[in-house]
Parts: sequence; C-alpha cells; structure tokens
Amino acid sequence: MQPDINADRATAVNVDAPLSSIPQAAPLKSGGRVPMALWQAALGIAVLLVWQGASGRLVDNFFISNPLDVGARLYRWTMDGTIFQHIGATLYATGMGFVIGSVGGAVLGIWLGVSPFASRLLNPYLNALNALPKVALAPLFVLWFGLGIESKIALAAVLVLFLVFLNTFAGVREVDQDLIDGARLMRATRAQVIIKVIIPSAMSWVFAGLKIAMPYALIGAVLGEMIAANRGLGYLVQFSGSQFDTAGVFAVLFVIALLAVGLNHLVDMVQSRTERWRIVSR
Amino acid sequence: MIRIENVSKSFYKRDTAVDAVQNMNLTIERREIVAVIGPSGCGKSTLLNMIAGLYAPTRGRVVYKDAPVSGINTDVGYMTQKDSLLPWRSVRDNVAFPLELAGVAKAERSDRADQVIQHVGLRGFEERYPNELSGGMRKRACLGRMMLYGAETALLDEPFAALDAQLKLAMHDLMLRLASENDQTVVLVTHDLMEAVTLADRVLVCTRRPATIALEQRIDLERPRDVLNVRFSSAFKEHYDTLWERLRVEYSEDRV
Repeated sequence: MQPDINADRATAVNVDAPLSSIPQAAPLKSGGRVPMALWQAALGIAVLLVWQGASGRLVDNFFISNPLDVGARLYRWTMDGTIFQHIGATLYATGMGFVIGSVGGAVLGIWLGVSPFASRLLNPYLNALNALPKVALAPLFVLWFGLGIESKIALAAVLVLFLVFLNTFAGVREVDQDLIDGARLMRATRAQVIIKVIIPSAMSWVFAGLKIAMPYALIGAVLGEMIAANRGLGYLVQFSGSQFDTAGVFAVLFVIALLAVGLNHLVDMVQSRTERWRIVSR
Repeated sequence: MIRIENVSKSFYKRDTAVDAVQNMNLTIERREIVAVIGPSGCGKSTLLNMIAGLYAPTRGRVVYKDAPVSGINTDVGYMTQKDSLLPWRSVRDNVAFPLELAGVAKAERSDRADQVIQHVGLRGFEERYPNELSGGMRKRACLGRMMLYGAETALLDEPFAALDAQLKLAMHDLMLRLASENDQTVVLVTHDLMEAVTLADRVLVCTRRPATIALEQRIDLERPRDVLNVRFSSAFKEHYDTLWERLRVEYSEDRV
C-alpha cells in the first residue's frame, strides 16, 4: 500500500547492515593462538606510531597534529574538568532528542500502520518531509527554540523521528496476518490486537530503527552545537577549528567516537534484554 | 448448526479467477464430528476459513446457528495448518493467551494453562519459546490453546499431520474425549483417511479444485471409540474401502 515509505525503510535498514555484520573479535581459545583483541590493539598502536612519525616530517604538524599533543590535550581537559561539561551538554541533547524522537516516531509509525486511511492521507507529505535534509531545519529551530539546548534537542529529535517512524511503520505492516486473525478469532478487541500482537511483533523493526537512529541523534546534537552554541562537543570542535587548533579538533573527535560506540552498545544491550525469544533461536 | 448453502469461492490473481470451492452444500449438526478429506490444495482450508468468517464466499452463504456469517466468527476455535503461536511468548503464555484476552487473572490462567500443557504432553516445556520446539510440539501447543479457548466449534486444519504415529493416537484419543466433554462440534480437515474414519461421524470426500463434495459417508461406528483398535473391525474396513475407492479417483486424475 505504501511502496514509497517501504522503499525508504529498506534503504534505511541497509545503512546499518555492513556495520553490524562486521564479525566480533573471536574469543580467546585455549592454546597458543594470539587473540584477535591483541591484533586489534597492535593495529591501533601501529597507526598511532605512523601518525606520530609522519607528523612534522611528511605532513605539517599544523594539519594533522600528532597523537602526543592530542593525548596531552585530552589529559588537560579531563584534569580541569572542562570536557565533562561539554560531554554532558551533548549527551543531554542526544539523549533527550533520542527519547523524544523515538517515542514520537514509534507512536506515529504504529498509528499510521494500523490506520490505512491516515497513512494514505499523509503519505505524500511524509515522503516530502522525509526527503528534506533535516539539518536544513536547524536555522528554523534556532529561531523557534533559541540558542540554548532546546534547539539541539529538536534537531536530534527530528532526525531520529523519521528513522524510527519508517522502521516502525514497516514493522507494523509486516505483522503476520494469521497472528492477527488468530487473536481476533479468540475474541481479541482491536486494542488487544494492537497491544498484544502488533506491537510485540513490530518490536524487532522498532529496535532496528532505534539502532540506526542512535548515531543520528548524536549527529543532530553535535550539528546543532556547531551552528550556534556555547557548550557541547559540537561547539568545542567548531571552536578548536576556528582557532586552528588541530590537536583540539582531534581530541574532540576522539571523544565523540567514544560516545557513539558507547551509545550503540547501550541500544544493543537493551535489545538483547527485551528480545530474549529471538536470541534463544540462534 | 453450520449450513453451507450453495457456496462458491474464487480467488483473483490479477485478471484470472481461481475457483477454490464450487457450489458446495453441507449441513453440520451440533456435536457432530465431520472430517473433510481430499487431494491437497483442493480448497478444504478455504472452507474452514469461510466458516471462521475470515473469507466471505463469492456466492452463496455460510450460516452459523441460524445467522449468516459476516466477519470474524468468534464462536469457533480455529487451528490453522500453519501454527500461529506468538513467537515472543513462552508456551505457557501462548496457551493461556485466550484467557488473557478474556481478562482472567494471571495465577488462574497459568494454572489452567499448565493443566492443558500436561494434557498435550508438553510438560517441562512451559517456559520454552515456539522456535525452540519441534513442529509437532508447536502443533500440540496450538491444540492446547484451542482447548483452553473452549470454543463451541473446533475447526481443525490437518492438526495431527506433523506428529509421529504413537503421539497421533494419543492426540486422537484426547481430541475425542475433549470434544465429547465440551460438547464440541468439530470440522476436521485431513488427508489421512485412517484418521478421518477413526474420528468422524461423517466423512466428506472432496473433489480436486474447485472443491465440491464427491461422496458423503456416515461412519456409524459406536462411541466412545477406541482409537487404537477401531481400525481392526470389519465395519471400519468397509467404510475405509468405500471411501478409498472414491478418493482414488481424485488422486488418479490428479496424476494425469
């Protein structure tokens, strides 16, 4: 019924596929084999050494800084506590944006999924909104919500909302009709069908949406901070850049990458707790 | 109690119509056990779907207790060919699902579910999820769920097909016992003639698609039946042979 929306969902899901399909480090086996974690650490150290060696010799230190400076910067920011204030601001905007966007997207997805009239009515408008690069809304959010954290939350939320919506909607549409018929034959009311059959069944799709959306929440928050803010990692990376402080830029990027990995891990953990039935089948 | 009146059902695939059922007439009495047998894909399941109100007939009508069926018929318990357990629920929660929908308190529905689970031989699997069970075990869980729903009419679509021989006998016995205890009307779709004659009061042989009733045979074996030994009686053999003669025609046409 909604080929356009479904098509978009498919691409959205695929975005995540290559990342999540990277095999995890093999567990240490008894015997003389070197565990993968050691190889991975070795690669990281090698890259850092090459970087350190190249800096100032092959490439100007101004452009790529060097690991020691970056490390020193991270150490200083950690010691005087300034980095935590920025991390806090970014995390707050990311978290709030993620929660608001997820709840909104899931509710919208379920509602449109179970209401053919509404979904057909809104289809062209949702497609237009979805095609719009959401970051272009940033100036509008600054006008509406001011320079404070609210405009960052709004940007993160709107990015998350569409991703979660598309996945939830597709998930609701994918629910096995036999399960719905079965419940209705057992005298389930419409509300019971939605709560006990449709929503649990669509849950894995919702989680797929949440997993894809998590990095986008961070993107939204950081981008909002880069545009207009006086706090947050986005502000800090922007500020460092404008001061030609390459070490500072790298230091912030390192922190953002750590945050992103941590947040993704969090979503994975929540999913594996709530989808025990799916895990036992593996 | 159930009347199928001149019912035809066609499915449309683009512009071509596929007739699944054609001009079927059938009356099923209260507490009767009717077995419908015929070549696979002949429209037997379509018949059950129409009694359950999942499909509307293209022509004719289905009357259930003097009222035409329009929309979902909640007086029937329907065990579909594909097991329709909810994959995110444990066996116990699946079996207890109809009670949960009816608003029965958690402690009571767990108790009653556990009793039924024991009946269908799934004790020890209460906490397992459907994808941890074999096909036959899932069927038994479905059967248990339908028992707990306690419908006035049971529609069974090849319910025992995935079971091994011993278990099948036990399930036959259980089904007959429960049907008589609960005064149930049963419509059983099967492709196992032995099973049909063992269980039913009346066996209907369907033709190949589009399905019409080719032969109707009343099985006057006494009740309660001994599902293990009834098949060795001469009366059983007579019924079996008569039905098989007719059924073979359908199958041999199928092969050509």
